[in-house]
Amino acid sequence: MAVCIAVIAKENYPLYIRSVPTENELKFHYTVHTSLDVVEEKISAVGKALVDQRELYLGLLYPTEDYKVYGYVTNSKVKFVIVVDSSNTSLRDNEIRSMFRKLHNSFTDVMCNPFYNPGDPIQSKAFDSMVSAMMVQAC
Amino acid sequence: MEPLEEKPVIYTMENKPIVTCAGDQALFTSLYNPLALQLPREPMEWRRSYGRAPKMIHLEANFVQFKEDLLPKEGNRALLTFPFLHIYWTDCCDTEAYKASVKEDMLRWQSLLRLHGSLDWLIVVVESDSKKKNKTNILPRTSIMDKIRSDFCNKQSDRCVVLSDPLKESSRAQESWSSFLTKLRTLLLMSFTKNLGKFEDDMRTLREKRTEPGWSFCEYFMVQEELAFVFEMLQQFEDALVQYDELDALFTQYVLNFGAGDGANWLGSFCAPVRSWNGLVLRRPIDMEKREQIQGGQVSLLDLRSYLFSRQCTLLVFLQRPWEVTQRALQLLHNCVQELHLLEVSVLQGALDCWVFLSCLEVLQRIEGCCDRAQLEANCSHTVGLWAYSSEKLKSLGSLCGLMSENRPDSEDLNRTVDLLAGLGIERPETASSLQSPYKKLKEALSSVEAFEKHYLDLTHAAMEMYRAIGRMRSARLVGKSLAEFYMRKGDSRRAEGFLQDALSSYVSEGWSLPITHTRKQVAECHKLLNQTEDYLQTSALLAGDANLTDKEREHFCQEILTYASHMSDSQAKKVVLSMSAFAQLRQLQFSPAAAVVHVGAALQLELRLHSLMPVAVRLEQLAAGVHFSLEKGGARGGAGGGAQCRAGTVRFPQESPAGAQPRPRPPALELHEMHDRSPSDRTLNSAGVVCKNVHLLLRRRGSSASLDPPGHVGVAVDDGAQLLKTSEVVLSPGNNSIIFTAPSREPGTYTLRQLCATVGQVQFVLPHIYPIVQYEVYSQEPQLTIEPLADNLLAGFPQRVKFTIVTGHYSIKKGDALQLSNRDAMPILQSSTCSAYILSSTGERVGEGVLSVQSSEKVTSISLPLAPPYHTIQFQLEALCHIPPTPPRPETQRLTNGELQHWAKTRKRADSGIAAIDHKISVDCPWSIYSTLIVLTFHIPFKSKHSLLSVGKRKYIQVCVQNVSEMKFHLVEQSLAEREGTLLELQSLNAKTQQLVHSKQSLFYVWEVKWVKDLPLCLQCVFSISFSPAATEGSSYKPYRYEFQLENVSTLYSMRAEIMPAPEAQDCHTGALCVLEVCITRLAELCEAEKEDTGLTESDGLYTAKLLYEVVDNSSNWAVCGKSSGLVSMAVAASTTHSVQMEVMPLFAGNLPFPNIKLFKYLPHYATPVLQTDTDSCLEKDSVSLLDDQTADTASIRSRGSVHSLGGGEQVRGPPLPRLEPFGAGQVFNASRGRQVLVLPGKDDHVLEVNVT
Repeated sequence: MAVCIAVIAKENYPLYIRSVPTENELKFHYTVHTSLDVVEEKISAVGKALVDQRELYLGLLYPTEDYKVYGYVTNSKVKFVIVVDSSNTSLRDNEIRSMFRKLHNSFTDVMCNPFYNPGDPIQSKAFDSMVSAMMVQAC
Repeated sequence: MEPLEEKPVIYTMENKPIVTCAGDQALFTSLYNPLALQLPREPMEWRRSYGRAPKMIHLEANFVQFKEDLLPKEGNRALLTFPFLHIYWTDCCDTEAYKASVKEDMLRWQSLLRLHGSLDWLIVVVESDSKKKNKTNILPRTSIMDKIRSDFCNKQSDRCVVLSDPLKESSRAQESWSSFLTKLRTLLLMSFTKNLGKFEDDMRTLREKRTEPGWSFCEYFMVQEELAFVFEMLQQFEDALVQYDELDALFTQYVLNFGAGDGANWLGSFCAPVRSWNGLVLRRPIDMEKREQIQGGQVSLLDLRSYLFSRQCTLLVFLQRPWEVTQRALQLLHNCVQELHLLEVSVLQGALDCWVFLSCLEVLQRIEGCCDRAQLEANCSHTVGLWAYSSEKLKSLGSLCGLMSENRPDSEDLNRTVDLLAGLGIERPETASSLQSPYKKLKEALSSVEAFEKHYLDLTHAAMEMYRAIGRMRSARLVGKSLAEFYMRKGDSRRAEGFLQDALSSYVSEGWSLPITHTRKQVAECHKLLNQTEDYLQTSALLAGDANLTDKEREHFCQEILTYASHMSDSQAKKVVLSMSAFAQLRQLQFSPAAAVVHVGAALQLELRLHSLMPVAVRLEQLAAGVHFSLEKGGARGGAGGGAQCRAGTVRFPQESPAGAQPRPRPPALELHEMHDRSPSDRTLNSAGVVCKNVHLLLRRRGSSASLDPPGHVGVAVDDGAQLLKTSEVVLSPGNNSIIFTAPSREPGTYTLRQLCATVGQVQFVLPHIYPIVQYEVYSQEPQLTIEPLADNLLAGFPQRVKFTIVTGHYSIKKGDALQLSNRDAMPILQSSTCSAYILSSTGERVGEGVLSVQSSEKVTSISLPLAPPYHTIQFQLEALCHIPPTPPRPETQRLTNGELQHWAKTRKRADSGIAAIDHKISVDCPWSIYSTLIVLTFHIPFKSKHSLLSVGKRKYIQVCVQNVSEMKFHLVEQSLAEREGTLLELQSLNAKTQQLVHSKQSLFYVWEVKWVKDLPLCLQCVFSISFSPAATEGSSYKPYRYEFQLENVSTLYSMRAEIMPAPEAQDCHTGALCVLEVCITRLAELCEAEKEDTGLTESDGLYTAKLLYEVVDNSSNWAVCGKSSGLVSMAVAASTTHSVQMEVMPLFAGNLPFPNIKLFKYLPHYATPVLQTDTDSCLEKDSVSLLDDQTADTASIRSRGSVHSLGGGEQVRGPPLPRLEPFGAGQVFNASRGRQVLVLPGKDDHVLEVNVT
């Protein structure tokens, strides 16, 4: 059960960011923004070591007292960030991975929409409902 | 060696596996040193159960004297004190002695071992030569061994070893040592494997019982830790760490299960309220105090975790993985906080913060203790998390204890502080000497506001520095922001502002709207406190337009601006200039009229669509747009001004989303232009390139506050704008507003909109640049008259409509103004009829209609114009007629001596269409100018005529061909041909009398027979005339068309007849057989005067002889001429003189073959003077006329005869004195056998019948 899901453009501005509960939105924005530091660190580290072996999942970016922040980066350098509650211990690495995979599939659908302008904030209803589903139940 | 006494096991690195020694103690003591030295020298491979990877280990042992109580009692599972091997030492070599005492002793030892179930034993027999010598009754060497073996090792013969001469330096001794050591190591390892395996099995069994009631985690903990100790003892730190990790995982799982409601009883003891929060202790390898608590089951969660972590830390440090410690520490701290929360353990507020803070520092100090500075700096990324975490915790402690407010902590805060400090207990002895211990730091930080600030700043700055050093700028800024919040609480806005601006710019550049809003609010607060009015107002403007804020907040910020604007209006304070982008956005500009090009004085309206971002309606005192005026007129006339301006006169501005939701508004598109550099002298290309015209926009530095331009610059620009578009008292309501300006158009030139400025009281919002460039143009135009044909082409000969267009420009047409057209003789005549003129406005609307009166006099046609205001257009149509000139005149001959054209009208022939055209120049005097306007109208002659002379013997016919070259249909009637002198000849028409229709591109042929009474004149001047009228318009009158031409050398001089006959012996002509060609040339006419002058004649005795050249040419290669194909004939110039020539020709094909061509030329001797050019010219003329005679090919063949110069090159004849050929005129030679054919039969011996049908 994610508490915040964000899609961040290659240029590091948010394409989509949603969080529950909404009163903590600002805090999540700060958290996700800060996590980009680690994402960039990991991308550059991967770039050096394994160029051909593309692992999109970046794993746990950093834990905080209350949340765990996971990262994922597409080949086009669009970043996905999922924040889960630290107290939610039922989520294993595999579940996080599958959440990212779902997110990526849905994002690909958004990109395939000819009316979507790459780089614009995502407003797709399908994407939104998929994100909502991930926030409500463990996937 | 000293025997091990019963003393508490010291759990240190010095622990070694215990090996007991029985038997001869003196012997062993003598061997102890080499043994202890050599045992660990070589590694041994340790193969292990459960598929664990084998390991090479160096064995060491603690040799102790055998005692019965060393043997483990039943149920005692302690591994550290477990003797892994028992050795019996003896040097007995005497059978008697063996039997007497040693055997007994050994038996006792064995029975004791068996009693305790220990099977790991070894008997060592030491032999030495010195001892043997003393004895007389020496048994064979092996006998004692054999005896011992047979007595004790009935199955395991390897449990007895001989060590010979151990204290001597001989190869035999060394060999014996090494085999002994190998055996010892093997046995030790066997024992380890067996005993540890057994222990692990027991441990597992115990673990499986964990669901049973009464199971205690602490007990189990002690058991598994025992195993870890053994691994540590064997220096297998990895394995030891695994044991702790397993314990860690097990415990974590219990806590999670407990949280999920699946409680275990034993966990209850861990849920006791936390009373002590003195942090991790990592300086001791083993924290005995906590271990005892665990042993006693009296441990709290924090203590257990602390103990576990301290053990893991110790092992990791042994393994030289200090960075894993920091990583695990962070996880541990987070996890503990979560677990306490999950287990609902009651904790004093702030106690956990203390614990975390102390632990962070403890870990950091521990790591610092085992690494050097360079290593630490290189691994900032591992430690920075702890630094940041500790500073965060200190901050929350500070706010809890009232250390961060501007005021001193109150009594409640102090009470809280005292409670927290109480939980720390007393400082541990090992850190008591250190001045920088975490304990002291925390105590100090909580003791006073100043100390707190110092410590907090230290930590925060350290964390920030580290984040910066490893390139985590965002994290550094976040820490900076939290530092700014601290400063704000301390009331130090100045310091806070820097950090906030830094963070803000980062958020703005990356487009994170919520953080932007939040940070900007803090910045605004800073500005307000610092009294930075301008900055505050600018930030307020941004916030007022920020959609992320509530309406109430936005209104508040908007009101701040309005309040300032109205308050200051009375005083003379300077105006505050702010950027407009936060206040309103320019969305669209629309010109009306759309072209944005108007004449001087015309009305041009400019509609501005301004999107106000303010939450409330704002009354603007003035809205002004600065305009730059330049005189230059771009090439943009007609099109809209700027490049980006679209056709409809609307300029849309790229829409920036409010307050940087989109981080970088897309950079403007490249405006690339081609550039050529040509050399000024000869226009050759020096270089070509591409120029980007908006580099200044593309290369502008992005990121930092692009919205705020330096105010000074803006202010200057505002004053500078001499031309201003202004409206006053505009109310901008939220959202889109439409504002209409009237643009000035007093002077012609280009007006460029530069900036927009909205004034609210003392506040001005300025949009410094309007981009894309918006321009409009004001022009002033000279009056202009154009006359153009209504149709594509004007045709000569009948009336054509011509359109007059007058663009009045700045001139207004007054009453009595008229156009004066001066006609000359050949001028087209304007039909004097009354018609009306339309007056159009500049936008093309019809605004009026006026009557036009045309008065024609001899010289001048005057057209009076209707009244028309400036910048209007008058249009009317008139009919013009151009007479067709009688003959297509030749321009060359019509040139006068002074080179001027003879006529106003000039005809020319168009090479492509063959349509003759006449250019008419009309001189028009216009009322607005003292100069005449010259206008050229081109008329096309609709017909093209050709003539030709046809002969039959002496009879002559004249054919005229009239071709309609226009696009129209015409009726043609009343054709006639007349001779100019008209006396001697009768021209008999052979043509239809009725009217004939000729379509476009069609030709009509007319033929007359020439009949004459006396002599045919040498030259005929003919006039062909015909009447025509356009077929499309019924009932229009017929107009005349004339064609004049001249014919020369009309009369026939010679008749030529050819005959082809088969060879005399043959009846018919056959292919391949020779035939006879007979050519008979007959003179028809008497010598005439004209001929006398001809130089081709030779005179002798008053008789003239002409030399003729005949030539047989077969162009279709039906015939092969055998022998001479040409020859000279001299003929007397008298009627009926006949000359006949015979030649041999051979038909090449069978069938009816046309005769070969026979041509006749005048043969001129070489002394003859060249013919006049006019003559050749006329010859040419006739040549071209008589195309039908199929003679061009003949001439061409003559020309091809290299040596003979022909007609064309008259002037060249002067050169070499060669004989010359001159063809006869078209009518001068009549070919009587023209078109005849002869039947040729196929050759007799031909197998193939060739039939040629022509």
